[in-house]
Amino acid sequence: MSVSEGPPLSPQPAEATRPRSRFGSLLRIAEVDTRLMGMLGLLVVIWVGFHFWSGGTFLTPRNLWNLSVQTSTVAIMATGMVLIIVSRNIDLSVGSVLGVVAMAMAILQAKILPEWLGFDHWATWIIALLAGLVMGALIGGLHGFLVAYVGVPAFIVTLGGLLVWRGVAWAMAKGQTIAPMDSTFQLIGGGSRGNIGGFWSWIVAAAACVGIVALLANGRRQRHKYGLRLRPLWAEISLGVLCCVLALGAVAYLNRYLLPERVAAERGGGNIPFGLAIPVLILIGVTLVMTFMATRLRFGRYVFAIGGNPEAAELAGIKTRATVMWTFVVMGILVALAAAVQTARLNAAVSGLGTSAELYVIAAAVIGGTSLAGGVGTAAGAVLGALVMQSLQSGMALVGVEAPIQDVAAGIVLVAAVAVDSYYRRRPK
Amino acid sequence: MTMTSEATKESGATRGVPLVEFRDIRVSFGGVHAVDGVSLDLYAGEVVGLVGGNGAGKTTLIKTLSGAHPADSGEIYINGEKVVIQTPRDAKKYNIETIYQTLALAENIDAPSNMFLGRELRTSWGTVDDRAMEQVARRVMARLNPQFQNLRTPVQSLSGGQRQSVAIARAVHFNARILIMDEPTAALGPAETAQVHDLIQQLKAEGIGIFLISHDIHGVFDLSDRISVMLQGRLVGTVNKNEVTKDEVLAMIIIGKLPGTVTKTELAELHS
Repeated sequence: MSVSEGPPLSPQPAEATRPRSRFGSLLRIAEVDTRLMGMLGLLVVIWVGFHFWSGGTFLTPRNLWNLSVQTSTVAIMATGMVLIIVSRNIDLSVGSVLGVVAMAMAILQAKILPEWLGFDHWATWIIALLAGLVMGALIGGLHGFLVAYVGVPAFIVTLGGLLVWRGVAWAMAKGQTIAPMDSTFQLIGGGSRGNIGGFWSWIVAAAACVGIVALLANGRRQRHKYGLRLRPLWAEISLGVLCCVLALGAVAYLNRYLLPERVAAERGGGNIPFGLAIPVLILIGVTLVMTFMATRLRFGRYVFAIGGNPEAAELAGIKTRATVMWTFVVMGILVALAAAVQTARLNAAVSGLGTSAELYVIAAAVIGGTSLAGGVGTAAGAVLGALVMQSLQSGMALVGVEAPIQDVAAGIVLVAAVAVDSYYRRRPK
Repeated sequence: MTMTSEATKESGATRGVPLVEFRDIRVSFGGVHAVDGVSLDLYAGEVVGLVGGNGAGKTTLIKTLSGAHPADSGEIYINGEKVVIQTPRDAKKYNIETIYQTLALAENIDAPSNMFLGRELRTSWGTVDDRAMEQVARRVMARLNPQFQNLRTPVQSLSGGQRQSVAIARAVHFNARILIMDEPTAALGPAETAQVHDLIQQLKAEGIGIFLISHDIHGVFDLSDRISVMLQGRLVGTVNKNEVTKDEVLAMIIIGKLPGTVTKTELAELHS
């Protein structure tokens, strides 16, 4: 059709931007996400604040390493919650599902598999983990089916799930604590053995730098090839350098946290750094996969379209019901992964595991820029949101704030984050 | 109803099999007959204006063709073959494209993503190819709305005219053979309306059949070959534009009477 043909346009500058401040317009030219910058700023304020309040212990390598491990479970689930909330749904059941999947994996490796395979068989952790992931996917699929095909609101389905799965978790072991976990499975939780040491942490950081540079370069080449507008070169280079410095700096700092002498002696003695913990690596992997899914796959595109305008998505021929169901399946798998990290870290499962995790997960997603009205959110933002929530919690614990008061603070921060968010969204653009 | 069959016969004799034919379409919501036994056809290279007051059933009728809401009973023929259209996906299979009155855009994503929604271009890896889609979108926009440059911003921050061009671009880019335009100029200024009118003429010349739904009787008169009038879910009649006056069409819309049957007093009341 002739309408689709015409002279290709030369690259044009974007519409005139209203200069607010010099720094602001600098950021705009560089196409830096100001929202993300705001969150990083908030994180810096929290960290520095607690560092002084705690008399210089918050920003120690040891505390930050613990923080990275503690953040992982909530952050892993928050990346999935983003998809759910973006498509205008909610999942209140993640804490309870975590509990029931953790219990199932624990019973499998502490009671059932040892009878079949023998104690600490090499395949135990694989079978337990896979069974957990499948169980999470099925539970998520059930929720998703009820929401998408039966038409029960997600709020109700998952509120029901919150009660049901917690009860099932209790019934599975009649409230007992199930322990111990398989010794390989325990690595998933981090701890003194579940980390990759200093050398491999540097490799990860180097790989991250290569990835960042490749992504930026590829993006630029593609945009050039299609004759689209390019970011200024200085902005591209400084962004790349900044990201690489952050990745390398984080590893350099965390590597100053050394294994206790007793454990180091088992590995040949000397100053051996912990390096990145396995749950953190899982989180990095999950964040990459979820970002890829959200931005580069049709599935993600459809989730966002449904969140923006469900009717339009339907009229465009998208299978909206199947798409919504799959968001819950993905959520279930991520909850199972978080359950594995939690059980492995505790080296036990109790029926109360994950209680009120849903609140932290939803809070992390929302603080990380996911709009409860749907259609807006990023996995990376949710991870940062989880880091903010966990920093507040750990910081308060460090300076000796009692647990109930920590909840008060967490609740206030959540409401304040949404208030600030809706203020900025209402403001004319 | 004599006018309907005459008009159909005449067109049928000169142009063969109709592109689209509705036969006795019925849609009801609860006890209300929104569309009550409507038969209507459309030929290639023809614009049929579908007019009527609010609640006349125009949009509901057309939704049975676009797949947004299937008919309760009745048949649809495309090129003489009976088809079943249950979903928008079915409609697209028959190259039926629709520009909805609401535009049906996802506000949170950009123009190329909306344009290709459900039909994304993909790379050899199976990932969505945003850059290729942006490039195509720029080419299409260069024709439809050359002032529209900021393609990468979410649709919610675009002007009414820009949003309209996204919806139009989506419909015309994918080799539509049957185009449904539901109030395509309702949100537009005079210059943009003229642009849409030019586009309709151009698409018509390319052999596309167009259903044009509008409140704007003047626009319909300018663009249509035939005009079908609906009132309270029923088809009042279909007339050749050249054989009627605007007043006669107005009489069909308001009192549901065919040309020639309207009395002088009724005509006078229309103008009062």
